[in-house]
Amino acid sequence: MFGLSNPQRFMAFTGPLTPVLWAVAAVLLAVGTWLSFTVPSDYQQGDTVRIMFVHVPAAVWGLGAYSALGVSSFFALVFRHALADAAARAAALPGAAFTALALFTGSLWGQPMWGTWWVWDARLTSVLVLFLFYLGYMALRASIDDEQKGARAAAVLGLVGLINLPIVKFSVDWWNTLHQPASFLTPGSSGLDPVYLPPFLTMLAAYGVLFSALWLTAIRTEIRRRRVLTLRARQALEA
Amino acid sequence: MSRPVDAEPRPPGLRGATRVLLERELDLAWSGGGGPLLACGFFACLTAVLPLAVGGDPRTLSPVAGGIAWLALALASLLSLERLFERDLEDGALDLLALGHLPLESVVLIKALAQWIAVGLPLALTAPVAALALGLPPALVPLTALSALIGGAGFACTGTLGAALALGAKRGGLLIAVVVLPLFIPPVVFGAGALERAASGQSPAPALAFLAAYVLFAGVIAAFAGAAAVRNAQG
Amino acid sequence: MIHTLSISDLTVSRGERLLFQGLDLRLQAGEAVVLTGANGAGKTSLLRTIAGLLRPDAGEVAFHDGDGNPLDERLARGRETHFLGHQDGLKTSRTARQELGFQCDWLGHVQCGMDDAVEAFGLAPLLDLEVRRLSAGQRRRLAMGRLVGSPRALWLLDEPMAPLDARWRAAFADQMRRHLAADGLILAAVHDPLPLPARTLDLGGLT
Repeated sequence: MFGLSNPQRFMAFTGPLTPVLWAVAAVLLAVGTWLSFTVPSDYQQGDTVRIMFVHVPAAVWGLGAYSALGVSSFFALVFRHALADAAARAAALPGAAFTALALFTGSLWGQPMWGTWWVWDARLTSVLVLFLFYLGYMALRASIDDEQKGARAAAVLGLVGLINLPIVKFSVDWWNTLHQPASFLTPGSSGLDPVYLPPFLTMLAAYGVLFSALWLTAIRTEIRRRRVLTLRARQALEA
Repeated sequence: MSRPVDAEPRPPGLRGATRVLLERELDLAWSGGGGPLLACGFFACLTAVLPLAVGGDPRTLSPVAGGIAWLALALASLLSLERLFERDLEDGALDLLALGHLPLESVVLIKALAQWIAVGLPLALTAPVAALALGLPPALVPLTALSALIGGAGFACTGTLGAALALGAKRGGLLIAVVVLPLFIPPVVFGAGALERAASGQSPAPALAFLAAYVLFAGVIAAFAGAAAVRNAQG
Repeated sequence: MIHTLSISDLTVSRGERLLFQGLDLRLQAGEAVVLTGANGAGKTSLLRTIAGLLRPDAGEVAFHDGDGNPLDERLARGRETHFLGHQDGLKTSRTARQELGFQCDWLGHVQCGMDDAVEAFGLAPLLDLEVRRLSAGQRRRLAMGRLVGSPRALWLLDEPMAPLDARWRAAFADQMRRHLAADGLILAAVHDPLPLPARTLDLGGLT
């Protein structure tokens, strides 16, 4: 893996890889969507159960993206590697978008059942908090003028956020037991009917590949952006 | 008049340096426009605005009195965080602190401690009063003060970390709030939860234990991550 | 005790701008080196890098004691180095006595260190005043007090005498001589020549 840490080698390696990932993601999404619509509807939730195939993968990969952000931040801090920092920055927006999608679809899914557009239960609240973590990260990064300092401060926050996330999740779960709102069916918590596994797993994989494609594309864009900045700075020096 | 040429400098030692820095931080906290009073004033304003916003019916207010008090506590703790490192960076005092006998990690912790004593303590004393005004059962007053005291330490540590991260950034105050409020969730949940459990007749001890554990955790993170952030901002 | 300061192959940038690269310098006990160069050439950044306040892109800053043994950087900086920058590091709402006392206590002082500092820089009439009431020259003298009150081997000075008038420049020069005579090291960034025998390191600078 460290062989890829050289930006040139990284660009060379991901050059052909990225379009392949996009293609695979498109295929998986198409197959997953078709499966989602052809699978029988749930006797309790009716057709709305299909939103689960978007909501859960989005939430899972929103969390996965934050883990990627946190781990990249760790490497950026410890090894002071520009590529690690680019990776952390690149994971933020896709991750935030997935998390926002999870929130939106979670609300859509719940509305027919609860009658309201939002419910403060453990899962949705945790996803909301994850979204806030993303916002804080992006806000910090954007607010510091000096790029290097902003990158490093954001890396510290990314790592702190990753370490804090289990604690916040624990506190939200504990809070949930305290207030015991009306429970409702969520997949993964109370046994998923095996007939739903194919679309679910396909979509889960699809979102994973989609995130990888987005992430690699964003890292490549970030590397190019830095190259442009360096070139400009050098031109300014020589002018 | 001249001192002996071979006089050995007396290093301040861990306790001496800590004491000296803590004294100065507390002195500065109280001198610059009454920081602690400001936080308490803000807390009081929040407490007054809430019933005006939702109606003063004790049946609606009383069940949420503890929670509201905790929310106001979190917000009031955010005040005066921007000044924590910003002034030292501007006037060069941060360089001096970085070149002392104590490592920067200890310096950050001492600043968090000063923040707790200067702001957290007065707030912990004001919290029960505000909660009573909102309809908290009087039996819960000691618990409110105790949990606010412990939680205040958590707010101080995490807030110090936020101030260090936002050092040198534009719109520091708001930025610190956005960065730090998600991290404030555990102490708010545990603190308000303790009050709820006590109100419903259960023991608040587990919640207080979680709160204390959070404080320890926040302290360690604040020391190391905060020092890294300060070094980053210095250069 | 720092006996030798050696800088090898030091490269420092400020943001995106490269200030200098491949810098070598060796400084021994009893020596003074003067840094010259245009504004923005990197004098302040070099001093801050040696003090550990700025991280270099490449190169090494090393401290050795009298026997040639390497000293731990953190200890060398935290216990043996004074950094006097453009800013004085003084809190305006506190009195001069409180600030001088804090600085000497924080950095580690000798028995009569504070009295010596007061005497060396004529601080006696200023002690009960709040720092905000002091002029720039007076604040600089107050900040210099720590150099005398808390003896440390390496002095990193960034335009130390800029706000001082002739009388106090002479007093400071006297203190610098004493420091060198006591095996101290001085690295100072100045615009005017130091009234001391010293080597010069010119950082040049962009036109």
